[in-house]
Amino acid sequence: MKRDDKTVLEVSALENGTVIDHIPAGSLFKIINILSLDNITNRITFGTNLESKRIGTKALIKIADMEVDRHYLSRIALFAPEARLSYIKNFEVAEKIKLTVPDTIEGGVRCANPVCVTNHEKVTPKFDVVDKSDITLRCRYCEKITTTDQFEIIK
Amino acid sequence: MSKSLVSISDFNKEEILKIMELAAHFESNPGEQLLHGRVFATLFFEPSTRTRLSFESAINRLGGRVIGFSEAGNTSVSKGESLHDTVKMVSNYCDLIVMRHYIEGAARYASEVASVPVVNAGDGSNQHPSQTLLDLYSIKKTQGRLDGIHIVMVGDLKYGRTVHSLLQALSHFGARFTFVSPEELKLPDEYKIFLRDHGMKFTETTDMREAIKDADILYMTRVQRERFSDLMEYERVKSAYVLKADMLRGTRDNLRILHPLPRITEIDTDVDADPKAYYFEQARNGVFTRQAIISYLLGVK
Repeated sequence: MKRDDKTVLEVSALENGTVIDHIPAGSLFKIINILSLDNITNRITFGTNLESKRIGTKALIKIADMEVDRHYLSRIALFAPEARLSYIKNFEVAEKIKLTVPDTIEGGVRCANPVCVTNHEKVTPKFDVVDKSDITLRCRYCEKITTTDQFEIIK
Repeated sequence: MSKSLVSISDFNKEEILKIMELAAHFESNPGEQLLHGRVFATLFFEPSTRTRLSFESAINRLGGRVIGFSEAGNTSVSKGESLHDTVKMVSNYCDLIVMRHYIEGAARYASEVASVPVVNAGDGSNQHPSQTLLDLYSIKKTQGRLDGIHIVMVGDLKYGRTVHSLLQALSHFGARFTFVSPEELKLPDEYKIFLRDHGMKFTETTDMREAIKDADILYMTRVQRERFSDLMEYERVKSAYVLKADMLRGTRDNLRILHPLPRITEIDTDVDADPKAYYFEQARNGVFTRQAIISYLLGVK
């Protein structure tokens, strides 16, 4: 209970913005990349290798004065399926979203098949998520499989 | 959007049966001029004489006319035109596009871009659904049914797209499978999972002679040298996957041998004279099947 109080306290320290919690420590930089956080001037706090009962070691991102667009949620879920995203307004959690791995993905990830049409023409990659626990994508175009260890983020 | 045939999974069981019925119809009425005055584009970004001629024969028998190219060398593609623009343009010129491309997923993308139906005549190692439908038609014709057949698939089960598509299609009909291949070319796990999910029985073996004894269909494919990382291994195993006439002794009377062709050495020429050899008739069935696919997609039959 004490831990939770502490987390709430840290979250509350943000006046307005977005908190993403329960990111697997190893996925932190992927999330930074997906959200292009390296290119914005907002105040951002990262924490990583924090203790987590649920996922071992976790990372956390707090972004001041930015509401992360909802269309990123499914892409974030691919790398952080257990993550929680909170929108903060006036030091209060205005909305808390438990991420879920979607059934389909459009854009954001490159098809691992080098001879897939999505890697040769200007086509947005589209995938069906065929396994949600050990995340596995099947390309709608070439029908080949892309697994987590092959994930390459595109924008 | 018009209906295309890109992947065998685009057709449900009823549609597959409809194609079987139409193919039989065209076999009895090969010259029905259902497509008089229509224009068809055959875009072969990668050469394939057999498939292209089979499609063009089907179109001609239906009274349609063909435009297109048999290799991308002398086309706007060689000037750097995108697939998007080529397909967009060609769909203004014709009623249906038949396309083969070495890029995987090219046909699916073309079907999104084109205003007319697209028939995939092969996209790299991915799909070649008209081959699958003609395989099914050949099975139906020789066995009198598609339900519950025992099919033995031999050779390159790892990369062979005809094998993968055919087993997907047969899953509608409760087949029993025996897979015969060298260790390096075994059926990938994703297809075994697919078969289990669909309640299909299958076994794996390296002994072809034993496997074909109670088979209804023997589906041979080519074991290519370039698939082997260890060429010694290739030399050692290649003869184990070559069919010879004497191996057919003691097999069922209704057994028929299929092969998507071209055959290299995996079926000895001494098998050709055996009444169980069916691969050349199978190629002939391809024309009727393609007549059926085209007429179905255009809604003229």
